[in-house]
Amino acid sequence: MDNLNVDRSKRKVLIQKGLIYLFLVIFALFIIIPFYWMILTSLKDIDRIQTEIPPSLIIGFKDMLFSNYIMALNAAPYLRYMLNTVIVAGISTVGTIITTVLASFAFARLNFRGRDLIFMLLISTMMIPGEMFVITNYITVSDLGWYSPLGQTQTQALLALTFPFMTSVFYVFFLRQAFKTIPDELYLAAKVDGTSDFKYLWKIMVPIAMPTIITITILNAMGTWSAYIWPNLVTAEEEFRLVTNGLRNAYVDFSGMVAYNEQMAAAMIVTLPLLIVFLLLKKYIMRGVSRSGIKG
Amino acid sequence: MLEKKSNIKAWFYLLPAMALLSVFTFYPLFNAFYLAILRDFSFLNRTASGFTLFGNFIEVIKDRNFAIAMKNTSIIVFVSVPISVLVALFISVGLNSIKKLQGIFQTIFFLPYVTNAIAIGMAFAFIFHSDYGLFNTFLGWFGIDPVNWIGMGASWSTAMFALLIFTVWGGLAFKIMVFLSGLQSIDKQYYDAARVDATPRSRVFRRITVPLLSPMIAYITITSFIGAFKAYRTIIGMFGPTLRPPGTLSKDSLITIVGLVYQSLRNADTIGEISRAASASIILFAITLIFTLIQMWVSKKRVHY
Repeated sequence: MDNLNVDRSKRKVLIQKGLIYLFLVIFALFIIIPFYWMILTSLKDIDRIQTEIPPSLIIGFKDMLFSNYIMALNAAPYLRYMLNTVIVAGISTVGTIITTVLASFAFARLNFRGRDLIFMLLISTMMIPGEMFVITNYITVSDLGWYSPLGQTQTQALLALTFPFMTSVFYVFFLRQAFKTIPDELYLAAKVDGTSDFKYLWKIMVPIAMPTIITITILNAMGTWSAYIWPNLVTAEEEFRLVTNGLRNAYVDFSGMVAYNEQMAAAMIVTLPLLIVFLLLKKYIMRGVSRSGIKG
Repeated sequence: MLEKKSNIKAWFYLLPAMALLSVFTFYPLFNAFYLAILRDFSFLNRTASGFTLFGNFIEVIKDRNFAIAMKNTSIIVFVSVPISVLVALFISVGLNSIKKLQGIFQTIFFLPYVTNAIAIGMAFAFIFHSDYGLFNTFLGWFGIDPVNWIGMGASWSTAMFALLIFTVWGGLAFKIMVFLSGLQSIDKQYYDAARVDATPRSRVFRRITVPLLSPMIAYITITSFIGAFKAYRTIIGMFGPTLRPPGTLSKDSLITIVGLVYQSLRNADTIGEISRAASASIILFAITLIFTLIQMWVSKKRVHY
């Protein structure tokens, strides 16, 4: 009798485990399907897409049209957009790191009048929706002569795309936390040895907080890669835009003949670098995520 | 003392960040209120004919698009967030209870976090394509006829359904991450005690997991409400800059409050549009402020059981 009970409860546990895995597999499929559909469609022949109803869910290797990717790259100036994006990400990331390291050091390590009040004020701006800033920044960027609907130079476009994003309250908050964990004894010892504040920051704090700085770099670069709204607002010429702008601006065909395969190939070209960065640098990205408060 | 006050030095370190924040964050914050009270502000000449306290707000609210935007935004917020919080909670509890394959599942569930809303929105748009799409193929397996979800002349409700699926998809990753870290910090003793007493799984979930996770559930729900109020990119991704299925009227638009702001901003040269954009952004700010205050109130209470 006892044996029977043990068997039954064992079976019950097994069934429960099975159900948990089933549930997880269903939702994992839900997550993966859009990626799969994107890749699949990007490799299909356009005739096949438009004649096969219902669409095939799998295609053989010999039917894969990798040339769709070349077509997509040629349909819009993607290489140009990528170059722009890399330049913009590079400039804004270097700028952000410099301003963030300096400000975080002041908040974490230096003693000055009104420090906590100023820090609180900065933190409270994080809850304000970005749209409130965008309106004035659009005017400011126009007033500075960096943007005009009539035209702009490459330098003006770069200034408009990078300058407003050379610092971030969230990153200051994030890096200050990392700096705070460095023991005061190190600072005092360095002071006794006559090390200047700047040297201490550069030689001791920055190396110790490197993982956090790497996280900031990755998040900032990925943010630029996915930026859409601001570049759309402040670039007058098609050729100054960033990769994500190219996605929605190209392939919009009102005749109803959309090259879905090329469209998905383009989407894939934008998505793939993000996925690769995520898979390679997962632990750095996750560190930032657990601290970022507001996100859809 | 080594640690004396060093005001001048501190400001030297703060200067670059504070200068940029002053121009691109603090000033715009006040200026938004200023722009919102200008009457007939012309962006081209930078002139206005005077002040009006609520004139621009009234114009925004009276506009037909405002009601549509409020309706759409509210649906996105109050339908997609509860669903994704609930699903994320179940997924996290499931993930936390398994050992085999946990890492792979975790990576898969986190994938949407880094992806680009525009690119994935385009993939979703093609999933919901009436002829070549995956979703209708899937429905076909159950004998359901193809539906025109977001294609030419599609109805508002089917388009909203598709958008909600995409929104839930995009919102899961962050919530799962937060819940998972919360679950991993729950003391194992509670579960050990429950196991000794042979408490059924469903009861452990209701009596231990949910109460201990309740502060986190409240935090995620409210911050997700705030985040969902800012929905815009997902709609661009799925429907393009028109924010609605092709061949439909503007009453069927999926425009949101943020959509209103950018619509006005794109017509910046029209007199008064900048002020209307500022007013709409202040309305959005007021809504998120209310939720932030609720958030602070809830987290202060921090009732666990």
